[in-house]
Amino acid sequence: MKAIRDTLQLFMREIRISLRMPIWIIISIIQPIIWLLLFSQLFRVVGSLGTFPGGSYLGFLAPGLAIMSSLFSSAYGGMGLLRDIERGFVDRLLATPASRGALIGARVLHAAVTVMFQAAVILVISFVLGVRPGSWVLGTLIVLLSAGLLGGAFGAASNGLALLAGRYEILMALMNFTILPLTFLSTMIMARPLMPGWMQAVTRFNPVDWAVSAARDGFDGTASGTLALHFLLLLAFMAVCWLLAARAFGRYRARN
Amino acid sequence: MNAIEVQDLRKTYRNGVEALRGVSFAVEEGEIFGLLGPNGAGKSTAVRILCTLSAPTSGRARVAGVDVLEDPDEVRRRIGYVAQESSVDIQATGRENLALQGHLQDLSGPGLRGRVDELLERFDLADAADRMVETYSGGMKRRLDVAMGLIHRPRLLFLDEPTTGLDPESRAVMWREVRDLAQEGGVSVLLTTHYLEEADRLSRHLAIVDQGRIVARGTPDQLKSELHGDRITVELAEGADVERAARCLADLPGGSEIVTEERTLHVQVTNGARAVPAVVAALEDAGVRIAQVALARPSLDDVYLRATGHSFETADAAGEGEG
Ligand SMILES: Nc1ncnc2c1ncn2[C@@H]1O[C@H](COP(=O)(O)OP(=O)(O)O)[C@@H](O)[C@H]1O
Ligand SMILES: [Mg+2]
Repeated sequence: MKAIRDTLQLFMREIRISLRMPIWIIISIIQPIIWLLLFSQLFRVVGSLGTFPGGSYLGFLAPGLAIMSSLFSSAYGGMGLLRDIERGFVDRLLATPASRGALIGARVLHAAVTVMFQAAVILVISFVLGVRPGSWVLGTLIVLLSAGLLGGAFGAASNGLALLAGRYEILMALMNFTILPLTFLSTMIMARPLMPGWMQAVTRFNPVDWAVSAARDGFDGTASGTLALHFLLLLAFMAVCWLLAARAFGRYRARN
Repeated sequence: MNAIEVQDLRKTYRNGVEALRGVSFAVEEGEIFGLLGPNGAGKSTAVRILCTLSAPTSGRARVAGVDVLEDPDEVRRRIGYVAQESSVDIQATGRENLALQGHLQDLSGPGLRGRVDELLERFDLADAADRMVETYSGGMKRRLDVAMGLIHRPRLLFLDEPTTGLDPESRAVMWREVRDLAQEGGVSVLLTTHYLEEADRLSRHLAIVDQGRIVARGTPDQLKSELHGDRITVELAEGADVERAARCLADLPGGSEIVTEERTLHVQVTNGARAVPAVVAALEDAGVRIAQVALARPSLDDVYLRATGHSFETADAAGEGEG
């Protein structure tokens, strides 16, 4: 089908661009090492409170940081779209019979695949640091899938906002403004029982926390009914973000 | 059947700018048609509407036999579009640019690979085919732009200011390519330009656009021959009275039309060599001081001047300022 073929072609282009930036790959690998070391040192005291499933704080942190990298790298995905608009790539595409949905589709797919790669790097490094997942194969898969879903969702949202805002500065400000609250209103680096009550309540409505919880449940091998729920919620969230991006792209096309 | 038929096309942008105020023209099969106009005249707007990138406010356009609003995807399959700003992907190689363009136009496999090689060869990019486009010169990027527009062998190609910003050598190469396309390939070309010389040399028919309207239309020769005779351009000295100068030239024998612009008078005469002394004498008698006098055969510049009442250069500079 043409829509799928076009999406794959545009996705391959994004992948080629990423792979041609060795510095990007190197940073993707070094960054999680720094995060793991930094966070585990900074929150050493937290770890000694001993409320962490799986025992060690580092083991608690690993799936959380996999989601953190997913969030941080996908949230700025819209920058690439603004660049493509500026350079006339998007207009050239629109003057071909290419599927109108392929551009956003390829960018969502690229965001998802990129963050899955970064999550995998984090898992490998945490393994080197002595972390052992409760469930090897399934756990790894679940962490990657959670990261991918959240990355796809934020990639879509970022592209949609980029189209609505139309400017790098506004997109940057919007994303900087949302990322940290979403991070701290989740169990990414802090166990739920250690949070104030109201925060615990708020986390339930935070897509980042859905991803963190799903990833951690899978990683610890304690998967239960909530895992399926979190996946469903993440899927729905991604669908909404994707729809937002597709509509924003429709608006962009109609504006000219 | 005509390659393009445009009827009373109008476009008002959301910010209220009336970019097109009722434009009609037709492009014949296999010809190079020039849309000539200064910056801001509405050329790109017209091209973007014909290439389905922008919707007209009103009016109709048939492109390659298909109505742009009724079946835009079919139009997109039949045309090649080369935008005013180079839109090659600089983070890819020339070959990758062409291949992606081909895939989006539903080509694939050995057929596409062959076509890519053929275009790389033809546009003298074979040696640079696997280099990042970032490293290409301006002329190379522009040739790649055109090659990408041709990947699916369209019968109609849109070139929006293909030579703006190119050095003279690259411009000559581009002119040759465009001519070959039409003459040997039988491709119809709609070319916009703000170079009078380019429109004059390349196009079989041309339309002069000014402020969203077509102010003159025909072959370059027809347009020029409408202005029989020569043109005398008189630049008056600082502080001279232009109105008075125009009045005293009005009843010059053999003079037909006078257009004034700041300190400059453009006088249309049947025989320039004979009229120059008379013009100079008349002005001196009236006490109007002259800075400079020039005599020229009619050019498209004069066609433009006659149609709009201002010179092309002035309009171009003004359009540049606002755009
Ligand atoms: N997207 C747009 N939104 C608003 N005004 C525009 C837009 N594009 C062009 N214009 C305005 O429309 C007029 C015609 O522009 P354009 O078609 O680009 O002229 P040309 O290509 O002949 O230089 C100019 O005044 C320009 O500023
Ligand atoms: Mg233009």
